[in-house]
Amino acid sequence: MTLELQGISRAIGDEVWIHPTDLRLLPGTMNVLLGPTRAGKTTLMRLMAGLDAPTSGSILWNGADVTGVRVQDRGVAMVYQQFINYPSMSVYDNIASPLRLQGVPRAQVDSRVRQTAEMMRLTPMLERRPLELSGGQQQRTALARALVKGAGLVMLDEPLANLDYKLREELRAEIPRIFSESGAIFVYATTEPEEALLLGGNTATLWEGRITQFGPTPEVYRAPRDATTARVFSDPPMNFAQAVIRNGRARLGEAEWDVPGLPDGTYQAGFRANHLRLSGGAPGALALPARLRASEVTGAESYLHLDHSGDRWIALVDGVHRPEPGQALTVWLDPAHVYLFGSDGLLARPAPYAQAA
Amino acid sequence: MDKPLNNRAWLLVLPVLLLVAFSAVIPLMTVVNYSVQDTFGNNQFFWNGLDWFREVLGSDRIRAALGRQILFSAIILAIEIPLGIFVALNMPKRGFWASLCLVLMALPLLIPWNVVGTIWQVFGRVDIGLLGRALAAMGFDYNYVNDPVDAWVTIIVMDVWHWTSLVALLCYAGLQSIPDAYYQAARIDQASRWSVFRYIELPKMSGVLLIAVLLRFMDSFMIYTEPFVLTGGGPGNATTFLSIDLVKTAIGQFDLGPAAAFSLIYFLVILLISWVFYTVMTAQKETL
Amino acid sequence: MAGITLDDLAHSYLPTPRSQADYALKPMTMTWRDGGAYALLGSSGCGKTTLLNIISGLLTPSRGRVLFGDRDVTRLPTADRNIAQVFQFPVVYDTMTVRQNLAFPLRNRGVPAAQIAARVDAIARMIGMETQLDRRARGLTADAKQKISLGRGMVRQDVNAILFDEPLTVIDPHMKWELRTQLKALHREFGHTMIYVTHDQTEALTFADEVVVMSEGRVVQAGTPQSLFDRPEHTFVGYFIGSPGMNLLPARIDGAQAIVAGTSVPLDGLYAPAQGQIGIRPDAVRLAEGGPGLPFHAARIEDVGRHRIVRGQVAGQPFNVTVPEGGTIPAAPDRVILDPARVGVFVDDWRVEPQGRAA
Repeated sequence: MTLELQGISRAIGDEVWIHPTDLRLLPGTMNVLLGPTRAGKTTLMRLMAGLDAPTSGSILWNGADVTGVRVQDRGVAMVYQQFINYPSMSVYDNIASPLRLQGVPRAQVDSRVRQTAEMMRLTPMLERRPLELSGGQQQRTALARALVKGAGLVMLDEPLANLDYKLREELRAEIPRIFSESGAIFVYATTEPEEALLLGGNTATLWEGRITQFGPTPEVYRAPRDATTARVFSDPPMNFAQAVIRNGRARLGEAEWDVPGLPDGTYQAGFRANHLRLSGGAPGALALPARLRASEVTGAESYLHLDHSGDRWIALVDGVHRPEPGQALTVWLDPAHVYLFGSDGLLARPAPYAQAA
Repeated sequence: MDKPLNNRAWLLVLPVLLLVAFSAVIPLMTVVNYSVQDTFGNNQFFWNGLDWFREVLGSDRIRAALGRQILFSAIILAIEIPLGIFVALNMPKRGFWASLCLVLMALPLLIPWNVVGTIWQVFGRVDIGLLGRALAAMGFDYNYVNDPVDAWVTIIVMDVWHWTSLVALLCYAGLQSIPDAYYQAARIDQASRWSVFRYIELPKMSGVLLIAVLLRFMDSFMIYTEPFVLTGGGPGNATTFLSIDLVKTAIGQFDLGPAAAFSLIYFLVILLISWVFYTVMTAQKETL
Repeated sequence: MAGITLDDLAHSYLPTPRSQADYALKPMTMTWRDGGAYALLGSSGCGKTTLLNIISGLLTPSRGRVLFGDRDVTRLPTADRNIAQVFQFPVVYDTMTVRQNLAFPLRNRGVPAAQIAARVDAIARMIGMETQLDRRARGLTADAKQKISLGRGMVRQDVNAILFDEPLTVIDPHMKWELRTQLKALHREFGHTMIYVTHDQTEALTFADEVVVMSEGRVVQAGTPQSLFDRPEHTFVGYFIGSPGMNLLPARIDGAQAIVAGTSVPLDGLYAPAQGQIGIRPDAVRLAEGGPGLPFHAARIEDVGRHRIVRGQVAGQPFNVTVPEGGTIPAAPDRVILDPARVGVFVDDWRVEPQGRAA
């Protein structure tokens, strides 16, 4: 089972929602679509499912062209942000409904419903109605309904967005397990980089209707191809600053380091919040003067919102720090953690630490 | 959100298209046919050009009916829309009383037009009607059969009684869609009752209000059954609205040609005014 | 402005509550100081929204009093409490411009026009919307609308408190950072008492000086983010705060050691013998291959960027270990070694203190 998009695009009137896109999803993979609201995640999913027809391009399922095929005949399942279940049916009947529509024999329905319920930990609730369940259980029912069909392609459109933080954390840990048991192609849309990382698998970063990069999740995270991907895949947002390169030396404010082999010019240096330190650390670390705008303590760590001559940065440092806003301080940055992007936004030099990993 | 494309869906629309063709398009074409021909009986027709249209547009009687019609619709809208909003605002939001209100309000909408006319005809009679006798007992010289003003008042009150619930129910649906947080925020902001209406309720109701105004305009502009049953267009021609006049022309005098021309002009007038309403109100909605 | 006192407050949605279980909010007493930033944290149905509604005047509590300063406001309607509130979904007056929206609470109170104009300008600058003041609010993005709600809450200088009801729910992750810093800056600038209700620990911990953790209608612990993280008073707090939460293992406590499934774990102090649990944060655990430590069955490793999470089991209980980015994980980890200084001891789910130093 493979799903292949060939030059798929979608436009409504003059407005382009999805620019021509090629994508190949392999059997038994988890594929995360990561991007902010309105980046095109839902539109792309609807194209994959066959709910919308592409303006151009074609969709291949196991090599066969299914571009015009109705969604009912595609064998796809979809789970939405809202918990969509039949309110008047019991959980059991909800899960059984897609099988009954397919005309599966009664005995087989029963065993498949019970098996799926067991996997989703819904067995004790089978006789209840969805509205008597908690949000997490309702969404698990919706997930079970999607999985029981045995669809080859399961789409999840921000399925955890309406759940409490802790429940989200639990289901996030469960979804990879469920997924590996089902063997289908999963497509999972989210706005949160952390969710993408926790789900693992592959990630496609989306920005303004374009897939900016697609690959194994940790690889996209550590080796972004351009500044846009890096920005989409960082939470807290990636810190940026201008860096000037002369004769193999890069200069960021007062700090300098070696960048052998890069042509002279102006670059954008990018680095993540957790790579800024309040103390020296590694030899050769850059000392960067900054002014504190605000600080937030999360218990074991602190977020420092900084101003570095106009650039707004966030540093995530260990321990509890509550400096006064407006205070000047020095943050340290190991050059091994710095990405350099050219003026066209493309990655000019990867962060050396990510290459080593 | 846009919908999936599937050309087979047109097949499902086909029965409706056929139905509309038989019930609307074909009769309309017959009317168009009559409007440009004359006959002296024997089912023999000959071409008459636009003469009937000229005659209808030049008729003082029809102009007077049109004037009455516009006045009537204007009064109806001026009463029913604000009253409907007012009723909707004062209906309970949920619980037993809300359900009870909804049922009571829906009742007048369920009564057939001619029955409404008959109810009020009896209700208003001076000899046996509850309303007529009560007014007479209070010393009012009320008689809708003889007095044009009384006839008008009776028809308007009847229409308000019959149709205000429709406006109220539509507005009520619009009000129900406003989340509680808005009212709470307004209380915290110390907004006056008027501000709450002007800045929260009215904007949220504007969509359904547009529908209510359109429906009430079209319907009141075409009113026939109730005044026909109640007053038969009288006294004199005082309550002869366009459709009553039209029926008199077509059935009473059997002037098929002028009646057909009249119908077409009538149809175009309604279309035009509805379109103006729609355009003005959608533009208004943007700036409300 | 005023501090807030909740005096023996409780609420039941039933007219005649019989048992503890009938109370959506169980009896609580609490004092919040003037100008403080507080967060009510808990999962849905824990009673935090009930508490917020009592403070805002939407609900009258079945029992107890709410004081703003010395004034009893328990039975006052919302409008008379002089508070501001920011809701989960942005509440803006669509047909007004941004400026009119911000001016609305002041205009309703008859503030002179010149004063309104100055105040609105100041607030617009704080929320970064000074260039959009004359735009109609309809059609703005969710985060812009939420900024307006925020601004409308701040525009009155004399409010007793500003209440936030999960205000970042509909905001994209990147915008959350900006709105949170803005909120911080506004708090510092104007010094209002702020009460922030959320299920999201990051929002609660980063926003508040003091976080009130609630569960099943009860306040489980109130304290600084640091104390909630380092010294949870209850196993629920340990589980709820931190991501992943605290690892909890059933253990027999005996002096300076805890026995977990037959293996001894050293403790940093002397405890009275009891049957209970020990708790340890995932970052206070070291993975090892063979040797001493608790037997560990690793199931999966998740790379979440700035650290890796090793998920597995100890004594049949789920057990997570975090390893910082760049840290090494043994090829086949089968032991975990707990940092004694960071092991917490719980009996009947509540933390117990050591009776003396370990020898």
